[in-house]
Amino acid sequence: MAEPKVQIERPLSPHLGIYRFSITMAMSIVHRITGSALYFGTLLLVWWLLAASSSAKQFDIVSAFFASWFGQLVLFGYTWALLHHMLGGIRHFIWDTAHGLEPGEREFLAYATLVGSVVLTLAVWMLGYMFKG
Amino acid sequence: MKTPFARVRGLGTAHSGTEHFWMQRLTGIANLPLIIAFLVVIVSLVGSSQASVIATLSNPFVAMILLAALMSVLIHMRIGMQVIIEDYVHTELRKILLLMANTFFTLAVAIAAVYAILKINFGL
Repeated sequence: MAEPKVQIERPLSPHLGIYRFSITMAMSIVHRITGSALYFGTLLLVWWLLAASSSAKQFDIVSAFFASWFGQLVLFGYTWALLHHMLGGIRHFIWDTAHGLEPGEREFLAYATLVGSVVLTLAVWMLGYMFKG
Repeated sequence: MKTPFARVRGLGTAHSGTEHFWMQRLTGIANLPLIIAFLVVIVSLVGSSQASVIATLSNPFVAMILLAALMSVLIHMRIGMQVIIEDYVHTELRKILLLMANTFFTLAVAIAAVYAILKINFGL
C-alpha cells in the first residue's frame, strides 16, 4: 500500500467571491455570458434561414414563434446581448490601444457599454416596429 | 539567441500562442460592419412574408454580406467558446469532448446556414 498523501496547504489565487463588486468586473462577466448566449442563439438564425428556404408552412411556424410574447422576449434579449457584446468588444479594442485604462476611464467605459447597449436595443426595436408599419 | 527572422515573426519560444488572440481581434473588427448590416437587413424584414424574405436574401449583395457575417461570427464564437471551456472545465476527458463538440456545433451551424442561403439563392 502506498503511503496516503499528506495534504499540503498551498496558497491559492483569490477566487471571484473575494472581490468587491465593481462595474468593470460585472461588464466583463456579462461580456462572457452574452457571448455564450449569442453562441447558442445562432440556432435561431439557422432555424429562420432553413424555414425560409424550405416552405411557406415552415416559415409561418417560425414567424409565429418569433411573433409570440416568448419569441419577442427571446429576440429582445438576443438583440441586447448582441449589442452589449458589440460595445464590449469596442471597449476591448480601445483597451488594446492602451487607452481608457486609467481609474475613472475604465468605469466610464463599463457604464457606457451598459447604457449604450440598452439605448441601442430600444432604438433597433423602435425601428423594427416602425418598419413593420 | 534570437535570429532577426524569429524576432520579426514575434512568436517567442513557444512558437505559437497568439493566433487565437489575433483571430479574435480580426473577426471582431470584421463583425462590427457585418453585424450592423445584418441588423439593417433583419429590421427591414420584421413581419415580412416568406416571399419578401426570399426576395431580400436573394439579393446578391445581401447574400454575400450574410455569408461573410456567418464566417466571421462563427470563427469568432468558436474561439470564444473554446476559451470558456478551457477556463472552466478542468477534467481532461470532459474538456476534450467539449472542445470537439464546440467545433462540431460551429460547423453544423455553418453548414445549415450556408445551405439555406445557397438554396434561397440558387435552389428554389
